[in-house]
Amino acid sequence: MADERRQKQCTVVLPTESMKVMAESVGVQLQEESCVALSEEVSYRIKEIAQDALKFMSHGKRRKLTTSDIDNALKLKNVEPLFGFQTQEFIPFRFASGGGRELHFYEEKEVDLSDIINTPLPRVPLDVSLKAHWLSIEGVQPAIPENPPPAPKEQQKAESTEPLKAVKPGQQEEGTGQGKGQGATSAEGSKVKKEGMMRIKPRSTHELSVEQQLYYKEITEACVGSCEAKRAEALQSIATDPGLYQMLPRFSTFISEGVRVNVVQNNLALLIYLMRMVKALMDNPTLYLEKYLHELLPAVVTCIVSKQLCLRPDVDNHWALRDFAARLMAQSCKTFSTTTNNIQSRITKTFTRSLLDDRTQWTTRYGCIAGLSELGADVIKTLIVPRLSVEGARIKAVTEGPVVSTIDKIGAEHVQSLLLKHCASVVAKTRSLPDTVDQYRADYGYLGPLLCSHVVKARAQAALQAQQVNRTTLTITQPRPSLTVTQAGLGSGTSSVGGGGSMGVGSRPPNIIKVPSSLTLMSTRPGTPTQPSPPATKYIVMGTSAGSASTQQVITLTSAAGGSPVTSTVPSVTHAHTPTTLQPLVKVEAGGGPAGGVGVGGARPLQKYIVVSLPTSSSSSSSTSSSALDKGAHGTSSPITMETPGGVKLERSESPAASTHSPH
Amino acid sequence: MAAVPDGQIESDSEKETKPDVLNDGAGNITGTSTGVLSSPPNAASSATGDTKPVAPPGAEDQQTLIAVLQYLRKNNLLESVDILRREAGLSDNADDSQGADGSSLGSGGNADESGGANSLLNRVSIATPAAPVPAAPIKDDQPDVNVVLSAYSQKGDTALYETYYTGLKNFIESVLDCHRAELSQLFYPLFVHMYLELVYNNHEQEAKAFFEKFSGDQECYYRDDLRVLSAVSKREHMRGNETLLDFRTSKFVLRISRDSYQLLKRHLQERQNNQIWNIIQEHLYIDIFDGMPRSKSQIDSMSGSLAGETRREANKVKVFYGLLKEPEIEVPLDEEDEEAENEEGKPKKKKPKKDSLGNKSKKQDPNAPQQTRIPLPELKDSDKLDKIMNMKEATKRIRLNADTLPSICFYSFLNAYQGLTAVDVADDSSLIAGGFADSTVRVWSVTPKKLRRVKSAADLNMIDKESDDVLERIMDDKTASELKVMYGHSGPVYGVSFSSDRNYLLSSSEDGTVRLWSLQTYTCLVGYKGHNYPVWDTQFSPYGYYFISGGHDRVARLWATDHYQPLRIFAGHLADVTCTRFHPNSNYVATGSADRTIRLWDVLNGNCVRIFTGHKGPIHALAFSPNGKFLASGATDGRVLLWDIGHGLMIGELKGHTDTIYSLKFSRDGEILASGSMDDTVRLWNAARAFDEVETDDFTATTGHIHLPDNSQEMLLGTYTTKSTPVIHLHFTRRNLLLAAGAYNPQ
Repeated sequence: MADERRQKQCTVVLPTESMKVMAESVGVQLQEESCVALSEEVSYRIKEIAQDALKFMSHGKRRKLTTSDIDNALKLKNVEPLFGFQTQEFIPFRFASGGGRELHFYEEKEVDLSDIINTPLPRVPLDVSLKAHWLSIEGVQPAIPENPPPAPKEQQKAESTEPLKAVKPGQQEEGTGQGKGQGATSAEGSKVKKEGMMRIKPRSTHELSVEQQLYYKEITEACVGSCEAKRAEALQSIATDPGLYQMLPRFSTFISEGVRVNVVQNNLALLIYLMRMVKALMDNPTLYLEKYLHELLPAVVTCIVSKQLCLRPDVDNHWALRDFAARLMAQSCKTFSTTTNNIQSRITKTFTRSLLDDRTQWTTRYGCIAGLSELGADVIKTLIVPRLSVEGARIKAVTEGPVVSTIDKIGAEHVQSLLLKHCASVVAKTRSLPDTVDQYRADYGYLGPLLCSHVVKARAQAALQAQQVNRTTLTITQPRPSLTVTQAGLGSGTSSVGGGGSMGVGSRPPNIIKVPSSLTLMSTRPGTPTQPSPPATKYIVMGTSAGSASTQQVITLTSAAGGSPVTSTVPSVTHAHTPTTLQPLVKVEAGGGPAGGVGVGGARPLQKYIVVSLPTSSSSSSSTSSSALDKGAHGTSSPITMETPGGVKLERSESPAASTHSPH
Repeated sequence: MAAVPDGQIESDSEKETKPDVLNDGAGNITGTSTGVLSSPPNAASSATGDTKPVAPPGAEDQQTLIAVLQYLRKNNLLESVDILRREAGLSDNADDSQGADGSSLGSGGNADESGGANSLLNRVSIATPAAPVPAAPIKDDQPDVNVVLSAYSQKGDTALYETYYTGLKNFIESVLDCHRAELSQLFYPLFVHMYLELVYNNHEQEAKAFFEKFSGDQECYYRDDLRVLSAVSKREHMRGNETLLDFRTSKFVLRISRDSYQLLKRHLQERQNNQIWNIIQEHLYIDIFDGMPRSKSQIDSMSGSLAGETRREANKVKVFYGLLKEPEIEVPLDEEDEEAENEEGKPKKKKPKKDSLGNKSKKQDPNAPQQTRIPLPELKDSDKLDKIMNMKEATKRIRLNADTLPSICFYSFLNAYQGLTAVDVADDSSLIAGGFADSTVRVWSVTPKKLRRVKSAADLNMIDKESDDVLERIMDDKTASELKVMYGHSGPVYGVSFSSDRNYLLSSSEDGTVRLWSLQTYTCLVGYKGHNYPVWDTQFSPYGYYFISGGHDRVARLWATDHYQPLRIFAGHLADVTCTRFHPNSNYVATGSADRTIRLWDVLNGNCVRIFTGHKGPIHALAFSPNGKFLASGATDGRVLLWDIGHGLMIGELKGHTDTIYSLKFSRDGEILASGSMDDTVRLWNAARAFDEVETDDFTATTGHIHLPDNSQEMLLGTYTTKSTPVIHLHFTRRNLLLAAGAYNPQ
């Protein structure tokens, strides 16, 4: 299958149109036959170069082809390398001594001196450094952060879901690519096998080493101790350490027992600490928690709905604990709920049952409502909104009735505000305008008027947010940085702790345009200098994440005032087309521009844009404009940059009819 | 001709090529001409029609002769071929020298064994034609592409190619099972040559159809070559395409039992299938053996290289794989010993061990080369001290085996940004060098001892040269640092290697040079030019002084540090030389190549003494066992293969890695083999057991048929996964601690 596809790829040739366009761009008219001949020749040469470039990649001990590989391959053929086409992703990696998080590159372009003087210096990238750690000590891999987690989640899962499966020693290694982290086990395993014993994998005994016991003691003490700094550290450790899975049963028991005891003793602080531990455990990506939910979830539910969680219910803020635990519960429902364990429905049922019970205390009632509300808008809509009038009546009875304890009163108030908080947004979404107080009172009873005002507020806020959203995606009006680059992937520090220099090397999308996340490519004012006339023009911005199927953002620029760019992601080959007659294929090339130039303060390289408009057969005028634009200065000019790795551009223009994607 | 397996051994045919090669080599060395050896691999692309064959004058005449020879050969007039050859004084290099229709024109005749120790250098320095490059035909016979390809031109009916191929396929599928596997080997070379003929004769459509129809049938390990092939659809493309020239100029070697061969021959004769018969005659070398046909797995384990299997004769030369005698060290051992004893406090245990070591080294290994077979540098005092240190460390060495696995210390290069391309660790594990894609070479000290430069000349003058600690005084304390960066290359550095005395460092780079750096001054001493194309790997001889380099120009070169031109050029690989390793006795070098073969070369006379086929991808790692008997190789196919050098046999296959193996190392006692790979794992293998279990009786040695037990899982002692850090270097310290290195590659 894969082979077939590969073979087909091998016979791919460049479209003859490309040849034509390229020839025209240098002012040569080509015959059709010449185009065919040329395209075949060019395709062959490109393949040849790609094969050579692969050599450089493998000798560079990399998995990714970079533009420098292609440069080197060209050099082999005595062809001048393509200057100015630097890779986006590996710029800093190519110049290890001069690379860094905020792309810092060898400035070889013409630059505006005043720009350089006026901008603060970028951070100096970190230099290469050497760090040693033990990968294995006498055949056993120590569980330290420098090493991968000893038992990856899949393995933990396999162990817990298929405990009866006899694991043949060394069998894991046979597994396809995932011979991971079995240092210790496989070493033991092969020994076992050599002794000629086929041993069924023993039930996990979880014997803790002395170090682990010490660690456990320290961590648990810090978690429930009085020193907040220590606790933060301990929780951090729980949330990130990869080697905790052996201690997981202990932690889980610790938490469930702790909750049991402290609920009885009404020790609010400890309950909060324990819930934070649960949170930390859930945050740890290397742990397979499913196995211990039966202990953790009851503890969490206890903290949500328990009648009394603190010594002085009138003063202490146990409501916050209930909220926090409710969020935890929602999170675990989201992560762990499956069709087999049905966590979400079971939890929902539990909450609903006690919510429907008249004798339920206000505290518990609060917990139930909080727990349900965190589960999402749908749950609120179906389970809580219909109950609003009933609950309203109950609250009314407490607040306006004669004989009540302060505790009840406080409880009722909290329930009221909680209900209003959660229901307002849902109602705002589901209920149509207008919001009249009377209508609300009729529908929701006692809480109606209050809800009405909340809904109005929520609507206003939503509108505001929508505007803000617009503003972030449409900076047409903003004069200066026409291209805003969200360097989300780059944000995390270059920390080198434990080999933790966490640069998003592998999967980082090109810097100019963050493809997968919110598109912050700013279109210009409706009429762009480069493409002034057509009412709606589509720009295709292609990500250069090599290897991965790059998604493309198609932006329709509408010249009609107030039109916001329509952004759609097209997972297809590059097609550019418009509904207009002109059908311009806009191919914009970033002349060089290591991505850092954009968004990074200092560097504003001179970018070269080549905009190629492809005429259809009907209209013969083809315009090829090549303009050198200083990005910083001409913020409003067409800001779309497209890079292809290695400067090899394979583009195909197709007629709209042939394309599967119809424009908006 | 193809069916003449006996008699002519390859060395004969090699000798034929010598005169030309020598001339060329000489010209090359004196730098007056760009000989073929140093010419780019794709030189042929520029050689349109006017490039003369390298061989003697009167090239046109020679071409005519070659044409005649081809005609004769086509008609199977072998005798005439020989006679004509002899009379014309022709070497067959322009045509195809791999065609071992050995005439007795062995004129080069430099009796290898006579080569005295000193002659090695003398020969080179006076540039006499004495550095024969055997089996070096590949480049030589690229003189004129038209000539090379002309054999394709007069072929007949292209429309019938599919029929022919299908007919053969049906025949092979219908034969007995035992023959089928053997005859199936024919598919791939026939497919390639038929396709190329179609392309050459401008039948583009037919070629495409042919390719699409039958490319799926080929073994999966040929798919890289098929990809290259599929790109070729025009006659013009064939010029300058190295892979194609390889096919055309070297004969694809097949090993087939006599029975199977007879079967095939009968079939082809019955069908009058001249087309296929011609291809077999011209482009294939069928190595016929008597005995049982081989099984599919036997064939698969040996095939996969660019030019088929090795001919059996190629691996017959005796290889002196034994170790050299350790020199007697007169430095007062006792004194040193006593110091150590005082430290350690167990005096009795040591002495006997020392003695035993001494005794062992006095025995002359029958397989060892003569001590003076190649001239080795004199031991300096510092070397002797180092030897003593080495011995002392060796006594503290942990004895590894399956139950005592080594500890692994991993050196991660942080913030390398995918730029780390090569690593080496000094033999005493005190220094680590890294080569980077940004052209720098960096040296780290991994001991508390900082790296210091020698003082400047002016400062050195002021030093009291008589003082005892003059060696200490010449160092400039102000320059002490853990890291020294050395600039000089102009391209990514693909290979680094420390000299055994830690005074020098070699680096090879994309810019075509090998540089020698001083680790006293941290400056470049020499830039060795010659490769002109990227140099993929370089390594110092274990005795220093010599080093080997190999690169994209498909040759490996042997250098001496004080000669700016190579002493030997090892040509024969059909693709890039990707890795180079010295044998522990320094008399041989092993080279791995992208043509998926490993070759072992004799340093003394430049002969290729072993060719190992079996890998299915470019070879990226080689390691000799400490006793010199075995070789381990790792390739992009993720397999480690073990070879017996003496018998020239594959003796083991270790499967487990899922990506390119970039590093292999035997433990100091040879018990354990460590492999590091792109798949972020270090694996330990039970090498001792792998070597013990193999039975190399005479039969297997003579036939070369091996039954490899599939016991990789039992051999695997441990797998240690790193945190997204490809392992690109491994090193056992003298006490058998395993050091691994790689660049952290954040996801």
